[in-house]
Amino acid sequence: MITGSIAAIGAGLAAIGAGLGIGRIGGSAMDGIARQPEAASKIQTAMLIAAAFVEAVALFAVVVALMGNG
Amino acid sequence: MDCSHVFEFKFKRLIVVFTLFSAFLLVSLGANAQVDTAHHAENTHEETAKEKKFDIGKFALHHISDSHSWHVIGDTYIGLPVMLYANGKLVTFNSADFNHDDDAKVVVEKNGQRFVKMHEKIYLASASANEHGQYVELDEKHHAKNARPLDLSLTKNACTLLLSVIVLLAVFLNVAKGYRKNKGKSPKGLQSWMEPIILFVRDDIAKPNLGHKYERFMPYLLTVFFFIWFNNMLGLVPFLPGGANLTGNIAVTMVLALATFFITVFNGNKYYWKHIFMPDVPWWMYIVMVPVELFGIFTKPIALMIRLFANITAGHILVLSLICLVFVFNSLYIAPVSIAFAVFIGAIELLVAFIQAFIFTILSALFIGMAVEEHH
Repeated sequence: MITGSIAAIGAGLAAIGAGLGIGRIGGSAMDGIARQPEAASKIQTAMLIAAAFVEAVALFAVVVALMGNG
Repeated sequence: MDCSHVFEFKFKRLIVVFTLFSAFLLVSLGANAQVDTAHHAENTHEETAKEKKFDIGKFALHHISDSHSWHVIGDTYIGLPVMLYANGKLVTFNSADFNHDDDAKVVVEKNGQRFVKMHEKIYLASASANEHGQYVELDEKHHAKNARPLDLSLTKNACTLLLSVIVLLAVFLNVAKGYRKNKGKSPKGLQSWMEPIILFVRDDIAKPNLGHKYERFMPYLLTVFFFIWFNNMLGLVPFLPGGANLTGNIAVTMVLALATFFITVFNGNKYYWKHIFMPDVPWWMYIVMVPVELFGIFTKPIALMIRLFANITAGHILVLSLICLVFVFNSLYIAPVSIAFAVFIGAIELLVAFIQAFIFTILSALFIGMAVEEHH
């Protein structure tokens, strides 16, 4: 029998979403750096900010999952 | 092979400096993870016999929450001052008087008032103990129903806050002195460590977002950056001077976000407010636009608050859960795996500590920049 909380499924779904988002950001940043290596530092900064936005949404979901679990 | 190109970008140079510094912290983290595991193994062995099940969630949440005493090692704790305002009187005593009881079993009597501590909350004690020997009345969910005094205690988090202020003052007074002394010359000592980071905040965070007005907001941006960064790092040190989860406390991040909120609101110029209350759209759009824009003023700092809180809390829970794997599987052979993972995540957390400080600062600068931007 499978036991556990449905909150874990929520956290997993959030992880999928964040994974897709951060993957796209990282991939596009790689493309950008490959095209223009001299702009790497600027691209990195922009990439980190965008990644933080995506990650924050996933973390909101994790916090909600934790609360629902508690 | 010539590796000088690695140092070409300011950001990379910064990461190198940062990594060297963190290597020291990492070693201590790894060493302590082992000590911690060994110690908890004894404790949980008794518990597993009793409960047969190890609750990771409870364990992790207990470790990241605030506490009235400071755990050193084993059964050694440092008592911290407890300050309570109960029934119109201020009561103070040392938290060691509770004898590290956290289950409302030890009553502290002071100035004619009786207190117990349960799950790190202080309650007014009941006259007699219940069937479990606890001096509180419990409801059906095992939460205490007793009245609580106003708790103004200097808790672990408050002490860490004071400690980090001392560290920040020590570092930056030294740097400021060095700057005065070596004016026009190359930096020395601590100054050469901090100067690139200060320049990084100025050139990569403040200038691109705030334009020519950046100087006014530099003190705030530097303060918030180094405060968050130092406290994130202190939170990663698992033993005494660290160990408190300060930036993973939502009250602390709320105060930081409120500071950004007030600076944004009080520095907003007429273009900023016009953009919110009278945007350049047909008048019937105002019904939608104005509430959304007004809402946006508040969601930005709230997002800042939750982002920092959730990132740091999630990191701590992750490390703790990995160490807990040993007790979940109840086997010593899983220990090397779980410690290796914990050290790996710990290394990532060092990077996250920096990135979160950076993100908080750059977003603050972005929001302030939006508020002070001139019309063009």
